[in-house]
Amino acid sequence: MASSTVKLDELISQEYKHGFFTSVETDTVPRGLSEDVIRLISAKKGEPDFLLEWRLKAYRHWLTMAEPHWATVHHPAIDYQDITYYSAPKSRQDGPKSLDEVDPELLRTYEKLGVPLEERALLAGVAVDAVFDSVSVATTFKDKLAGLGIIFCSFSEAVREHPELVRQYLGSVVPYTDNFFASLNSAVFSDGSFCYIPPGVRCPMELSTYFRINARNTGQFERTLIIADKGAYVSYLEGCTAPMRDENQLHAAVVELIALEDAQIKYATVQNWYPGDKEGHGGIYNFVTKRGDCRGANSKISWTQVETGSAITWKYPSVILQGDNAVGEFYSVALTNHYQQADTGTKMIHLGKNTRSTILSKGISAGHGSNAYRGLVKVAKSAVGARNYTQCDSLLLGDRCAAHTFPYIEVKNPTARVEHEASTSRIGEDQLFYCQSRGIAPEDAVSMIVSGFCKEVFKELPMEFAVEAQKLLGVSLEGSIG
Amino acid sequence: MNSAADFYRDEFARIATTLPGSALPWLRHGREAGLACFAETGFPTLRQEDWKYTSVAAIEKSRFLSPPPTANGVAPGQIDAWGLAGTQRLVFVNGRYQPRCSNIGALPAGVTLASLAEVLGRESERLEGVLGPRSDPYPSGFAALNQAFFSDGVYLHLAAGVALETPVHLLFVTTEPGLALHTRNVVRAEAGSRACLIEHHVALGDGAYLSNTATDLVVGRDAEVEHLKLQQESLKAFHVAALDVDQQQGSRFVSRSFALGGGLGRVDIRVGLNAEHASCTLDGLYMTDGRQHIDHHTRIDHAQPYGTSREFYKGVLAGASRAVFNGRVIVHADAQHSDAYQANRNLLLSDNAEIDTKPQLEIYADDVKCRHGATVGQLDPEQVFYLRSRGVDEADARALLTFAFAAEMTGRIDMAPLRARLEKLLLGRLPERVKELV
Amino acid sequence: MLDIRNLHVSINDKPILRGIDLTVRAGEVHAIMGPNGSGKSTLAHVLAGHEGYTVTAGEVRYLGRNLLELSPELRAREGIFLAFQYPVEIPGVANIYLLKAAVNALRQHRGEPELDAVDFLALVKDKLKLMGMDTDLLYRSVNEGFSGGEKKRNEILQMAVLEPRLALLDETDSGLDIDALKVVAGGVNAMRSPERAMVLVTHYQRLLNYIVPDQVHVLAQGRIALSGGRELALELENRGYGWVEAAAGPAGGGA
Repeated sequence: MASSTVKLDELISQEYKHGFFTSVETDTVPRGLSEDVIRLISAKKGEPDFLLEWRLKAYRHWLTMAEPHWATVHHPAIDYQDITYYSAPKSRQDGPKSLDEVDPELLRTYEKLGVPLEERALLAGVAVDAVFDSVSVATTFKDKLAGLGIIFCSFSEAVREHPELVRQYLGSVVPYTDNFFASLNSAVFSDGSFCYIPPGVRCPMELSTYFRINARNTGQFERTLIIADKGAYVSYLEGCTAPMRDENQLHAAVVELIALEDAQIKYATVQNWYPGDKEGHGGIYNFVTKRGDCRGANSKISWTQVETGSAITWKYPSVILQGDNAVGEFYSVALTNHYQQADTGTKMIHLGKNTRSTILSKGISAGHGSNAYRGLVKVAKSAVGARNYTQCDSLLLGDRCAAHTFPYIEVKNPTARVEHEASTSRIGEDQLFYCQSRGIAPEDAVSMIVSGFCKEVFKELPMEFAVEAQKLLGVSLEGSIG
Repeated sequence: MNSAADFYRDEFARIATTLPGSALPWLRHGREAGLACFAETGFPTLRQEDWKYTSVAAIEKSRFLSPPPTANGVAPGQIDAWGLAGTQRLVFVNGRYQPRCSNIGALPAGVTLASLAEVLGRESERLEGVLGPRSDPYPSGFAALNQAFFSDGVYLHLAAGVALETPVHLLFVTTEPGLALHTRNVVRAEAGSRACLIEHHVALGDGAYLSNTATDLVVGRDAEVEHLKLQQESLKAFHVAALDVDQQQGSRFVSRSFALGGGLGRVDIRVGLNAEHASCTLDGLYMTDGRQHIDHHTRIDHAQPYGTSREFYKGVLAGASRAVFNGRVIVHADAQHSDAYQANRNLLLSDNAEIDTKPQLEIYADDVKCRHGATVGQLDPEQVFYLRSRGVDEADARALLTFAFAAEMTGRIDMAPLRARLEKLLLGRLPERVKELV
Repeated sequence: MLDIRNLHVSINDKPILRGIDLTVRAGEVHAIMGPNGSGKSTLAHVLAGHEGYTVTAGEVRYLGRNLLELSPELRAREGIFLAFQYPVEIPGVANIYLLKAAVNALRQHRGEPELDAVDFLALVKDKLKLMGMDTDLLYRSVNEGFSGGEKKRNEILQMAVLEPRLALLDETDSGLDIDALKVVAGGVNAMRSPERAMVLVTHYQRLLNYIVPDQVHVLAQGRIALSGGRELALELENRGYGWVEAAAGPAGGGA
């Protein structure tokens, strides 16, 4: 085994394929955080008073909080005064009206990433709201969506055009007091996506956003808000790649989903931010708060995530099952290689009658990677007939990695049924040998076996995304056999 | 009211000279270290992850007093009902050994079985490491208090190769409310030896008291030790128990914990598979009703390769009771070929019962096989229907299936008198009609 | 003995039985045949009182009483016995305890004294021999770790001990090899009597070679599409179910 470890270790040296730096002029506020900075951000965006007030309340609350340290992740202290809280690519005063008006440098960036925006948008029928750093620079297919009454725009635009919707729903799932990073986000969020599907409307295309982190030392504080009104349906895709960087970057996004009666939201993420180099230097700190609220009866929210990037991932996409018969789902693949750390999972909070939830988590640890599933299934007294099924599997590739499972199960209703199963095992040597004896290269065999391990999750992704996810997995994994 | 730290400091000052071994400097230092540690940490709080579901505020407020060292006048007849046939019996009343009620028969050569208080002076060499000041922190304020205040317990030493065929029955009896009892058991099983212990906690009357017990066990190379525990404290009692096990190469250890009594019960079991090819089995059953709160925390450290652990806990919760299960399995770096399995199954019988379960795997080695599972639910409706289709009425069918659910755990006990005792206790919870069937 | 009129049954709002009419008299053996999903097992479960099924219309009279208002255990005590297609495993409850509970519940219901342990054991051992079963099966948990054949034999053993008035046998032949089938059929035949009625639910004709029915009914799309004598079963064996289903059609009436 020792010899194969050495040989395979060589294969781990896969460099980050999406690493490069784009020079775009940015309009940046000074480093550090204060009420003045928040007022400046709000003023730059021309926000209404209610939003500024909300930001300030969040900031004042944040000042009373301490950075959490309960997750099984380790990182040097973050200096919150050494972060630039706002930067926007410079462009024409009124912003681009179409792709033609978009800075060609940006478009070239997307091309390098293999994300030819217009082609992808046209060919796949996907409306893309691309966020480059903090401000949305391109939107497509808006007219078609608008015809159905669907609002899909940048958060800033939603604040301008639909302040009543923003005011009604912002912070209603993740209050500004929720946790340290959510409070920080509430105070300083720069932009993000907003989506509203009116009653009875089925959104005819996958909505998608490519987030990127670019400008040096710019924390990213995205805010996404999706509302599916009664009987509406929407499938939303979030995908990320980031250029290679030297210094750690903080990313503290907040995503809020609201599903009213009979509505359904599917939210899928492929996250491939810069994970740091082989020695564990650099990489993104990804501290995200994602939560959905099944507010109405028979509503459904599904989270699907493929997390291969970031130096540290800390996120628990959750569902509050308020409405009777509501359904929550969480499907996750998290891969950590080199010195990556992931502490991820979900919370399923059963409040309504006959609410159901399914959790399927696949963790893969390679190199010195550390991967933890942390989940909470809570059945309140009111949740008569609630059901949960949880399965967490961990796959270990290498004898220096770590895999942890921390499921919390709290049940207060005797009619509930909760089942949790977890397993941890190493990649089968016999499986590898079998593949190799059939002429398959070791790294392909690993990739194949890992894909098989993750299949149940991938099948929850839209086809095109599944292909991309599988590719990412292969890239992130190359050579990592222990 | 003064602080808990002040209270226990005063208590210590009041009774320190009456505690066993007070003339031994190393032990005095050990006790003082425990007291100092408690003064620093105090009782655990809900803010501590390991105590997030179990509040011990009521213990802190109760200000239980250390019992006087004098005899307490319990007659052997009062406790005979708890006796188990075919055992070596050591009885501890209010934390002190009672030779009059005990019954230690002939022992094989190489077995030392005695009250810890009696052997402190003689066995200093072996005991200093366990009872003297320690360098690592105490796992909780209770462990620190136990270190400061322990009044007695069992000392069992098995020389290499010795098999003690007769199980040892340790009967801890509390006779009065208001007492704080700290007992400590030390067991050393040398290479290739074998023994079975039954730790049994009971009370005369239904008063509130604190029973804080700690057992320290070393299972030597290829040795085999079984630790059975039956907790039948009063329903107002606070029962806190710790079991620390150090397993050597090829050793086997079995723990079976049955928690039926106590108002608030907390059991911590920590097993270290500290050498290759060690294996352990941890079984447990908690049955709660009324306002009982029973918390089991177990931790298995696979520290060396080729360790095997099997853990199976079941719970039956009625009334407004609450149970907590936290099973932690840690496979350390280089503990390759570890094999761990853990399951926790719970039946909720009432609208007001609550279960909080958290099976936990932490793995730092790659060549391992680890699985765990936890379920919370009700009786299988198909099983209920099957019994009803054979003419058994619904309430009886449910009672019978509940009994069967719990009896799976008692069925795993080899020691017949204890198994029979437990089955009788479980049957006692069944309606009369169903009892006749079983 | 059993009179079913226009019985409609749904599972989770999905109609399964759409108007069953069937009369079974004491001493008769009826076979209910039909393709998979035709509702055969549903009928057996509804008669035994399974709560997963909703009767949406119709009535069932058993010995002159409204059967549908009785709990499963009362039906059992009134002499209805369902031999399950998939007998459930009940870990921790010994076979013999279940038998004793069932026998005593029955006797109590009839106002008879309970059997003493000796008589009970003698009765059970007698029946065990009939089914070619080992005594140690009695002390194992109900159906736990039993093979498919053992489970089916265990069902017939229970039937033999409980001596029902109306026995419902749900796919009792499925999963049995020919020797086991003969034993099971032998056990059933030994119980045929002028006071007892039997309803055999089966997909295959094979069982009917060993237990000869008085009447054969074919269930299709939730109704009895065809009734006849023993020869109907042989015809089904040769021609399959397709022609009956076609004849029944989506709006076909009862036989």
